[in-house]
Amino acid sequence: MALVRIPPVLRPSTNGEREVTVNGSTIGEVLGNLAEAHPATKDQIFAADGTLNRYVNVYLNDEDVRVLGGLETAVGEGDQLVILPAMAGGR
Amino acid sequence: MTKPLLNRPCGGRFGDLVQSIGATPLVELKRLSPKPGVRIWAKLECRNPTGSIKDRVARALIEDAEEKGAIKPGMTILEPTSGNTGIALAMICSRKGYPLKVVMPESVTAERTELLKMYGAEIVYSPGDLGSNGAVEMALKMAEADPSVYMPYQYGNPANPLAHYNGTAPEILEELDDVAAFVAGLGTGGTLMGVGRRFKEEMPDCKIVAAEPMQGEPVQGLRSLDDGFIPPIIDLSLLDRKIFVSNRDAIIWTRKLLDEEGLFAGVSSGAIARVAVRIADELDEGNVVFIVCDDGWRYMSSGLYTKPVDEIAELESTLWW
Repeated sequence: MALVRIPPVLRPSTNGEREVTVNGSTIGEVLGNLAEAHPATKDQIFAADGTLNRYVNVYLNDEDVRVLGGLETAVGEGDQLVILPAMAGGR
Repeated sequence: MTKPLLNRPCGGRFGDLVQSIGATPLVELKRLSPKPGVRIWAKLECRNPTGSIKDRVARALIEDAEEKGAIKPGMTILEPTSGNTGIALAMICSRKGYPLKVVMPESVTAERTELLKMYGAEIVYSPGDLGSNGAVEMALKMAEADPSVYMPYQYGNPANPLAHYNGTAPEILEELDDVAAFVAGLGTGGTLMGVGRRFKEEMPDCKIVAAEPMQGEPVQGLRSLDDGFIPPIIDLSLLDRKIFVSNRDAIIWTRKLLDEEGLFAGVSSGAIARVAVRIADELDEGNVVFIVCDDGWRYMSSGLYTKPVDEIAELESTLWW
């Protein structure tokens, strides 16, 4: 179970909800359950081959899951997930 | 009676301001260290001629174009930037005789606009609600439509990380025999890729850690996640950790740098310091080096250093990074 924070760009797909509590013991399970509960999020979060969409960054307790174990990363009770779009940084 | 010079090394002697870029001090921040065996060092990139790490990048981008014969004096340089790269390019271009046009979001702080004008750059504003992504997109279109301009494109130009591979990284290695972790901001990716590659070659166990900004409300300007942007020079496999920092934490730590260490830095450096201390806390011993990207002067109008934190953290329409 994890608390998932939804970015503004995805909120139209979650009935405007900013935070959603979702079951799952890995990042893949949590995001898959989120997509099941809110089907409009599926094509935005996942690429056609089931991997994470290139422009989606998912943070587990502030750490980017791509640098951890990707969709296989374990999620514990009370963990927090933040979904953010990839943006240009730098100056 | 005269006394011998105690503070060595001195900054060096150079024939020109552009040549003096780099060779910045590495300063230990003892009060930030969570335990005795872990030493935290700040690489003060704010001590470059225009006050930021981007002086290294701008010089590398222009010298690379000169070496390739891609530009000659009088030719206009065009670049998307929300400030520091533009300011650094403006100084270098004015010294070398290239007119400069920068594309930047209208939401940057007033000081950055002033600095660009001061150095003679022409500014083209992109919509503030599209953030840096909007500036990149607009500049790419402008460059495509006008073949007479040259766009160095810091996000995709290997000269950007090379400036750090050949400059920032060996400077740190001159001062420290071993680095347990290196922490920098993930913007264009230039610093992390350049220093990261060099450090992994010399010290395979060194952890390369990215501190990533919370992008604020400009995110609302995105129509969908497919409008996202990843700088082409970024290779995630070089990173051991990538840690996200909220605006609020970045501001709190920018103030901590000032209050506890007397270091007047910009807000991205506060975010990086926060991650450096988090990593230091996980270690038993070793050196943690982090980058102070710029100083605080160009953020003064935001009230960052004196207003209540809650009031500032809400200012999400301002681009801090």
